[in-house]
Amino acid sequence: MTSRRLGIDRSPGYGVDRDAEHSFTLDGEAHTGLSGDTVASAMVAAGELPCGPSLYLGRARGIMGAGVEEPNALLHVEPRSPGHAAESMLPATTVELVDGLRASWLQGLGRLDETPDGALYDHTRVHTDVLVVGAGPAGIAAASQAAASGARTMLLDEQPAPGGSLLSSRGERIESTDAVAWARRTVDDARTAAEFTYLPRTTAVGSYDANYVVAVENRTDHLPASERPGVSRQRVWHIRAAEVILAAGAHERPLMFADDDRPGIMLAEAVRTYLNRYAALAGEQIVVATTNDSVYSLLEDLAEAGAPPVAVVDSRPEATPRAAAVLEATGVRGIFDAVVTGSDGDGDAGRLTAVTVHRLDRDDVPVGSVETLSADLLAVSGGHSPVVHLHSQRQGGIAWDDVLAAFVPSAPVARQQTVGAMAGTWSLSRALRTGAEAGRRAAEACGFRAEGADSPSDSPQTRDPLADGPRADLDYGPVRALWLIGAPDAQDPAEWSTHFVDMQRDQTVADALRAVGAGMRSVEHVKRYTSISTANDQGRTSAVNTVGLLATVLGAGHPGQVGTTTYRAPYTPVPFAALAGRRRGELFEPARITNIHSWHADHGAVFEDVGQWKRPRYYPRTGEDMETAVLRECAAARGSVGFQDVSTLGKIEIRGTDTGRLLDRIYTGVFSKLRVGRGRYGLMCTPDGMIFDDGVTLRIADDRYLMTTTTGGAATVLDWLEEWHQTEWPELDVAFTSVTEQWSTVAVVGPKSREVISRIAPELDVSNEAFGFMAFRETTLRNGVPARICRVSFSGELAFEVNVANFCGLATWELIAEAGAPFDITPYGTEAMHVLRAEKGLIIVGQDTDGTVTPQDAGMGWAVSTTEDFIGRRSHSRPDTARQDRKHLVGVLPADGRTLLPEGAQLVGAQTPITPEEGPVPMLGHVTSSYRSAALGRPFGLAMVWDGRNRIGEVVRSPVDGRLVDVELTSPVHFDPEGTRRDG
Amino acid sequence: MLLITCPHCGPRDEVEFHYGGQAHVAYPEDPQALDDAAWAHFLFYRDNPAGAFAERWQHSAGCRKWFDVVRDTVTYEFLTPEGGSR
Amino acid sequence: MAEMLPPHPDFLWRNPEPKSSYDVVIVGGGGHGLATAYYLASRYGITDVAVLEKGWLAGGNMARNTAIIRSNYLWDESAAIYEKSLKLWEELPAELDYDFLFSQRGVLNLAHTLQDVRDSRRRVGANHLNGVDAEFLEPLQVREICPIISIDDMIRYPVMGATYQPRAGIAKHDHVAWALARRCDEMGVDIIQNCEVTGFDKDGDRVVGVETARGRISTETVGLAVAGRSSQAAALAGVRLPIQSHPLQALVSELFEPVHPTVVMSNHVHVYVSQAHKGELVMGAGVDSYNGFGQRGGFHVIEDQMAAAVELFPIFARAHLIRTWGGIVDTTPDASPIISPTEVDGLYVNCGWGTGGFKGTPASGLTFAHTIATGAPHPLNAPFVLERFETGHLIDEHGAAAVAH
Repeated sequence: MTSRRLGIDRSPGYGVDRDAEHSFTLDGEAHTGLSGDTVASAMVAAGELPCGPSLYLGRARGIMGAGVEEPNALLHVEPRSPGHAAESMLPATTVELVDGLRASWLQGLGRLDETPDGALYDHTRVHTDVLVVGAGPAGIAAASQAAASGARTMLLDEQPAPGGSLLSSRGERIESTDAVAWARRTVDDARTAAEFTYLPRTTAVGSYDANYVVAVENRTDHLPASERPGVSRQRVWHIRAAEVILAAGAHERPLMFADDDRPGIMLAEAVRTYLNRYAALAGEQIVVATTNDSVYSLLEDLAEAGAPPVAVVDSRPEATPRAAAVLEATGVRGIFDAVVTGSDGDGDAGRLTAVTVHRLDRDDVPVGSVETLSADLLAVSGGHSPVVHLHSQRQGGIAWDDVLAAFVPSAPVARQQTVGAMAGTWSLSRALRTGAEAGRRAAEACGFRAEGADSPSDSPQTRDPLADGPRADLDYGPVRALWLIGAPDAQDPAEWSTHFVDMQRDQTVADALRAVGAGMRSVEHVKRYTSISTANDQGRTSAVNTVGLLATVLGAGHPGQVGTTTYRAPYTPVPFAALAGRRRGELFEPARITNIHSWHADHGAVFEDVGQWKRPRYYPRTGEDMETAVLRECAAARGSVGFQDVSTLGKIEIRGTDTGRLLDRIYTGVFSKLRVGRGRYGLMCTPDGMIFDDGVTLRIADDRYLMTTTTGGAATVLDWLEEWHQTEWPELDVAFTSVTEQWSTVAVVGPKSREVISRIAPELDVSNEAFGFMAFRETTLRNGVPARICRVSFSGELAFEVNVANFCGLATWELIAEAGAPFDITPYGTEAMHVLRAEKGLIIVGQDTDGTVTPQDAGMGWAVSTTEDFIGRRSHSRPDTARQDRKHLVGVLPADGRTLLPEGAQLVGAQTPITPEEGPVPMLGHVTSSYRSAALGRPFGLAMVWDGRNRIGEVVRSPVDGRLVDVELTSPVHFDPEGTRRDG
Repeated sequence: MLLITCPHCGPRDEVEFHYGGQAHVAYPEDPQALDDAAWAHFLFYRDNPAGAFAERWQHSAGCRKWFDVVRDTVTYEFLTPEGGSR
Repeated sequence: MAEMLPPHPDFLWRNPEPKSSYDVVIVGGGGHGLATAYYLASRYGITDVAVLEKGWLAGGNMARNTAIIRSNYLWDESAAIYEKSLKLWEELPAELDYDFLFSQRGVLNLAHTLQDVRDSRRRVGANHLNGVDAEFLEPLQVREICPIISIDDMIRYPVMGATYQPRAGIAKHDHVAWALARRCDEMGVDIIQNCEVTGFDKDGDRVVGVETARGRISTETVGLAVAGRSSQAAALAGVRLPIQSHPLQALVSELFEPVHPTVVMSNHVHVYVSQAHKGELVMGAGVDSYNGFGQRGGFHVIEDQMAAAVELFPIFARAHLIRTWGGIVDTTPDASPIISPTEVDGLYVNCGWGTGGFKGTPASGLTFAHTIATGAPHPLNAPFVLERFETGHLIDEHGAAAVAH
């Protein structure tokens, strides 16, 4: 295939460097392109328009656009760097060419790569005064004004270079200079301002409340491989802007006619982009079809490039002055009051060979004899659709403008402006003027003065920036929109089955007509019936055409009466990984570890996730499984002494003269009467009476308490305290401080714990008489570390908790290990702790309770005040909660003495037939906790059982692994019911 | 990402805040004096207007203070522009 | 070449003018409203029914949900109604003669903590006894069902197992609505779009008519099935509901060759995902915290979702988010729905399905139709009446099962 790349004499080639050639492969074949090319432009320059065939019908398709509007040319791109994953569904028109790129065409369906993606992505958050989206002429004018005022200004643009539509033009001049050079210079000038940021290759994908705009910056894909390491591949910008100016441009609409999808049928603006920006001539025998004046610039450019079109097929009844002037100057044949009604192609490859042209009557019906024009390229323009997405995402109104034949912003969004083509302003001079005005207004709204600014466009009203430009500065109108153009005899719906509306979804006018025939009137229904505009091109070339089509079919006056579907973020597809950012692996949610963590890890602990914390679950010795290790750990705690890192328990220090009163309301028990120097166990309920946290609270001083919470509940409880204090009882004198991370806490548990404590705290009288249960003492440890030691027990054993400053945790742990060595002190984890407490019938909130359990249900009525009005109390007397036969906490013992019931196992009555196929089997409750017990010499558990306290002694059954296990219901306290071990 | 004005700290991103639902629902003076229906209404029934809504937020990742605002639940616009009260 | 989805019928429904009176008026032309009308007509012989829709049919949450169907709920009351729903789903494609792409590809609910595992085993055990298919899978079995899930021990919250319901799956939401609408229409039900209800006429404590954007309609029986507007619609009749409405977002990727054979839900890391028939990945995000009727939420919720998705499914790294959207979920204090008579005679409410209404569509319609036709709840929805908030007999699905969707 001969090269269609044009020399500098024929094209400015704004976007490419003719001296820098890149090699790449496409479907395994070697190709070359230029630096600045996209894969699509390189292929256009190679004269190869076909891409992958269509998704469902397998029709030959070709490159149709030159940017994000491309529906056909989708690529699968192999990993660009070592450790990266391949990526699918990238429009070839957006993939910048780099040396060594390997890609293949797709048939509308992507392939996900199993290779782990090792690329780096990051997120950033910024505030700006003025955010301008789009670095076309209007956006540049706006940003330049805003930056010159001193306002912090950001200018985002999806392209590698500023200029927007100017990059597709030629010969345009602004302020006496080449327009593209003007764009570059103006942005460069603005960059000298202290507070200006220009981000190329950055697409604003979403616009949210209060001017929060999310943009994605591509940072490395365009770089040579050697320059990529150390740079994040993509960055997601989260921008909060005081003022937003949207200058996002417009997309051209194709025309719908029979076989409108062949390779060689291309948007006119894309043809112009390839011609001028990429120096690539998309065809040699060119026909242009239009509904408006925009294509006449293309005509001029093609003529100048030495490739004048064969003809222009213009739907309008006669030439506009602009059209007439261009036709005369170029000598191109104009066919007016006419449409393209069909195309012919070349075999399987399908490349366009000819188009058929008909005259139109006043009702848009093709009439008269057909004329066939040979063509290898048809450049189409069915009008232009402003890119209203970001405006619409903020609920900005849009309305149909019959003159422009477009949906344009009609109602503003607060602190946002729309300018340029996006606002329906096709004219360059007006885009520059309104852009500059918008920039000034935005700066002023932020308190900056634009006067005196030394900017190239500082006085757009007094100077026409295009005064010496050679181009006519005209709008695209009038427009004669074409929505439903059949062959002259198109009564049969089948006649419409090659009028493609949505190329990517392979949907045609026939499909849309069928939807209407089925009773559908709403564009939303038609979209869903046909799937038109739901592909990853987001219907950029199909959505408005569908609306126009529907308006015609339904006899609506104009498309505005049909309305659009909702514009949804993101504007362009965004990789999941970019949105995940750094939140992968360890940083997905950083784990919290205690000061003693390294010791646990060094000693082989297996960890458990509890809330955000990593807690040792057990410490297996060589050859031990969990069961063996846990039995050993439990035996040590009951037989001699064990120790556990309990630093993760939540700790909240509460100060103030009303602390006791507050706690009386927060806890179900009474804390105002707690003596200084002592602690008490407390339960908290939600207002509807259900247990939601528990823990021991110490009274440090008259006006000072230290509350402990569950590991997972610490943050919730702190919020809870603050909420009730601030919003219900602000008159109480209390203040809360989270001190979870200020303390390391070690539980020393077992009959020998007193001896261990006496060795580490020589100044402390640890006798039961001097230091009773639920008392605490301040002392200094043997290593000089100040400590608070409490006599609390979650195991029924004699036990102490040693609290030290967090950073002394490891040293204190090691001190205890050393002091306990003669007693073979044994570290134990959460699993042994769970066993020890369950043997005593003590609950774990969230395991034995599930948000539906009252203190009475849990058999903890003893912890509930009968006098104080704590939170949740009223709920305990509702009809359902006051019932005596609710689910109660009980103990369970598998009757065979051997079977370990799975936690979560259901319980059914001994006589209940297990016939779920005949209907639900009544259940009595479920096993909440279940362990093997060293102390009991058998498996045991806890359960919540209907009317359980009145069933103690009953044998029920539990389905386990397909068999039924007899289970005796018992008291929840399995071990030492008299509590003889507590004091040693 | 709403922009919420904390009366103590100024405008901040939504992720710094904790939502508290309807404002001005006082805990009953004497819950025991309420019948089951009245207690149920305190527990479970809250206004849910499509429009202006007096609601509570806590600046949980900031000053940790609760405050009240009026916000339009349809437009998400805060109708108490200088930040909430309390 | 990809295979096109089965074609839709050539005719779906008429667009009639509203009559001046109906035996029953269903307010809300979403899935639940249509299902209610369908069962009223097909099971209870009540065909003089209007379904009033303020916008386009099934354009609310029915058009916005992620279309997951399962019945593996913890509590007996929930399991009963959702299992009935699943059985109805199994019948509906043939009954409605419409291939709405009901695909019983199974649902995995992942467990990431020991407590998740306990809760999962508890739920599986309860499911078995309630006649709901369910099993607990170890991580290696999880990977057999869904090879693309990372069961790597080194991820932040490793997969410790999952519950699996083989009969669960997905369906194509719009098609379900159209299938119901077509049958309703055939049986004489009037589907009236662009017909917002603006008020109710009452005679004492009885409803006697509905004021609409298209005129007054006399009726003595009204069923409200207006997810996202439940509080407002009920308020028009002076009824207050224990409902709070929140934004809920969802999203899709572009089309991919099949990689994901089932449905995966993880409550712990907040992700649920399936690959729909055309090939797009369909995901739900978490509920936005605040009350909102804007049908949109915050982008940080989407980003959270993406982080969780890539963590669990490394293969998704370079999939692309192509579209996000939001619905309005009506939540109740116990995360269970309300299908109930009200203090206004003749006015019935069906609301509060939270994030999980789609799967409930058939049973919701059936039981609501029963309630409307007979004036008293069906045994399946008897536990789901408003009185439970007074007695305290809640069906607390977020407390225990901790499965949100």
